[in-house]
Amino acid sequence: MKRRRFLALSSVTLLAACGRGEPAGKFNATDITGVDWARGFDLTDHTGKRRTLEDFRGKVVMVFFGFTSCPDACPLAMAEMGEAVRRLGPDGDWVQGLFITVDPARDTAQALSNYVTAFHPTFLGLRGTPEETARTTKEWKVYFQANKPQDGDPKHYLVDHTAAIFVVDARGQPRVYISHNGRTVERIVEDLKRVYRSGGSRSNEQGRAPESGR
Amino acid sequence: MTIEAPWARATVPAARVAGAYLTVRNASAVPDRLIGASSPVAARVEFHVHTADGEVMRMRQAQALDIPANGSLELKPGAAHLMFVDIRKPFKQGDLVPVTLKFEKAGEVAVQARVGGLADRSAAHGAQH
Repeated sequence: MKRRRFLALSSVTLLAACGRGEPAGKFNATDITGVDWARGFDLTDHTGKRRTLEDFRGKVVMVFFGFTSCPDACPLAMAEMGEAVRRLGPDGDWVQGLFITVDPARDTAQALSNYVTAFHPTFLGLRGTPEETARTTKEWKVYFQANKPQDGDPKHYLVDHTAAIFVVDARGQPRVYISHNGRTVERIVEDLKRVYRSGGSRSNEQGRAPESGR
Repeated sequence: MTIEAPWARATVPAARVAGAYLTVRNASAVPDRLIGASSPVAARVEFHVHTADGEVMRMRQAQALDIPANGSLELKPGAAHLMFVDIRKPFKQGDLVPVTLKFEKAGEVAVQARVGGLADRSAAHGAQH
């Protein structure tokens, strides 16, 4: 299978610098304001409902691509996302966590439902057909490569994949790319608040500001 | 050689692999190596380390893990873990998973890893040694 190369980080930061008039935020993680990718998706959530990114306008959205059988990187990222939302306290309702499976063959709606809600009850899992999955990972420049099963059993495969958390603002614009390198819950919380303050959230427009900490 | 807080994460029903973590403390002046592991609950137990290839997290199998003299080896989420391959049944929170660690010098050490929650990022209090 031909591998798709992920954009080098340097070109990601170049794209961010060519933003469309929005000031580049002082994020802990990589500012992707102004990129012309990571613009949306059209998938099915774990309740069976069709969802697009537009459905979440008014909220700051965290998106993670992974698979439920992943032993380490995925549960870690999802747990950090869940903890970040918990630390936002009562204002956590302006954040939506999403998990998009790169392994729809094994990640059924039921599997996704059980998995994502273990990290936070408001999280939604999304899945698609193989074509929809490929289209979505291409749009978000997410690399995934299913490795050959090691012992002949077709179910025993591991998937290499980008392990970053994307943050989209309340207007639906991609803003932050949070790599696994140096990622902590605190740094995620800070970036979520910065994205929130940049506007577009329903509660933000009503004049409420996120509380600092619990 | 002491093993601290061995723990594993619960798995989803469809998962055939599980991850476990622990800290090895080597109080001796002689370095050692973790050269194998086995468990009755899995076909095999491998060592996996995460290497960052640009922005892609690659999991790579390691044949052995070094433990420095008067030092420690920490297997923790996002860094290195024991991977239980082809588990006989899902890991459920509260289970105790037996695993035998094989050291080049210290020989075999049997421990029990306590299974925590799906969302755990560290060992829960009271993990067994």
